[in-house]
Amino acid sequence: MEIKLWINDKLITDNVEPDMPMLEFLREKGFYSVKRGCETSNCGLCTVWLEGKPVLSCTVPLMRADGKHITTLEGLQKEAAEFGAFLADEGADQCGFCNPGFIMNVLAMERDIDDPTDEEIKEYLSGNLCRCTGYTGQFRAVKKYLAHKRGVNKNE
Amino acid sequence: MLRCNKYIFAESLEEAYELNQKKNNVIIGGNGWLRLRKRQWGTVIDISRLGLDKIEEDAEQFRIGAMVCLSDIEKHKGLNAYTHNALKESLKHIVGTQFRNCVTVGGSIYGRFGFSDVLSIFIVMDSYAELYKGGIVPMYEFAKMPYDRDILVSIIVKKKPLHIAYSSFRNQSTDFPVLTCAVAVGENKITTAIGARPSRADIRTDSTEALKDIEKYASDTAKSFDYQSNMRASAEYREHIAEVLIKRTLEKTEVPYGN
Ligand SMILES: Cc1cc2nc3c(=O)[nH]c(=O)nc-3n(C[C@H](O)[C@H](O)[C@H](O)COP(=O)(O)OP(=O)(O)OC[C@H]3O[C@@H](n4cnc5c(N)ncnc54)[C@H](O)[C@@H]3O)c2cc1C
Ligand code: FES
Ligand code: FES
Repeated sequence: MEIKLWINDKLITDNVEPDMPMLEFLREKGFYSVKRGCETSNCGLCTVWLEGKPVLSCTVPLMRADGKHITTLEGLQKEAAEFGAFLADEGADQCGFCNPGFIMNVLAMERDIDDPTDEEIKEYLSGNLCRCTGYTGQFRAVKKYLAHKRGVNKNE
Repeated sequence: MLRCNKYIFAESLEEAYELNQKKNNVIIGGNGWLRLRKRQWGTVIDISRLGLDKIEEDAEQFRIGAMVCLSDIEKHKGLNAYTHNALKESLKHIVGTQFRNCVTVGGSIYGRFGFSDVLSIFIVMDSYAELYKGGIVPMYEFAKMPYDRDILVSIIVKKKPLHIAYSSFRNQSTDFPVLTCAVAVGENKITTAIGARPSRADIRTDSTEALKDIEKYASDTAKSFDYQSNMRASAEYREHIAEVLIKRTLEKTEVPYGN
């Protein structure tokens, strides 16, 4: 089937199988930040944005993205590196496999909720599983990153 | 993984309905559940371009299109005000934000899953399933109907003045619930739903007179449902939890009870 979509603002047209999962397509096109974890819609590793909303690329059929914009971590390099530094400072990750999906969702949360409470942060990120850590490092990193961003925004 | 020979965006409900009459074809909602089925479909019928992704509200009712995703319901100010955030409470434990941005209320209600938080909350409200051919069916009747090849177009919620509250019990956050409980009190009636028993949510309706003794109401109502065991909990455990959940959920409604 013919498909036309934008990945990180770059127009892509292709001919794909009707049941192509979005995750498969993105990896075939070289967007390797998009990880395959559980493949049962549980872990959040495959998170990308569809029209700015975080979704699971293992779940959304690629055809649903026809005419739409997908954003992957590759399209958010600067912000991802900025938040990634907070993760590193807090020693928040071990293998790092969950990071891309987690970062995509943290950056979505930042846009979605102004000044989230601790409870809101935990709720928003509850669909991002990490098999190595106990989440406390990530939580500290998110809080410090958001505080840093608030400071930056205030000074702008 | 979803497997199909053809993927069609239906241009009308009639076209979707006609295509859906073939046993080898299937309607796709958010693909959360469908993709877990090990089956090669002939045609997957996508109804996402038919404007069914809107929540309409007027003085009498809400009409929630079948393709509305769970997170849009969760964020809807009118629905949250009407349900005192009970609807939000019922949805927020389902997997995670990204998942609820994908899956639809149509797929959730059509599925009538035993574990469904979604069915458990809608069934206590004055709500209806709007079917393309089958017309408007009260939710508690729809919950019992066998699966057929109709299309769920929308969920209608009448704004009956109700105090609604919701609780679920999970062994682990974001897992399927061990038990769900929704309560609606209004017009001298109390309706309690218990779901994930693990069979699908069912309701009991009594006069609010029964609330003069909450302990007895919770115990009698919990006992009136049937429970089974599965990997998450035993039948006995579920029955015990049910009594506690009913009591707690009633307390959340903040309706003054007792003598
Ligand atoms: C890992 C996982 C965990 C989950 N945890 C929970 C939980 O804790 N609580 C809970 O309540 N739910 C849970 N669910 C269920 C989820 O919330 C959705 O209800 C489910 O994914 C179905 O919705 P969907 O939009 O994905 O529909 P799909 O999977 O696309 O479709 C489901 C079924 O409905 C049919 N269908 C879809 N839309 C229509 C329509 N408009 N008319 C007629 N038929 C239609 C499809 O043909 C299919 O048979 C979970 C699901 C998964 C995969
Ligand atoms: S791979 Fe998509 S949620 Fe786990
Ligand atoms: S750091 Fe290994 S899965 Fe999260």
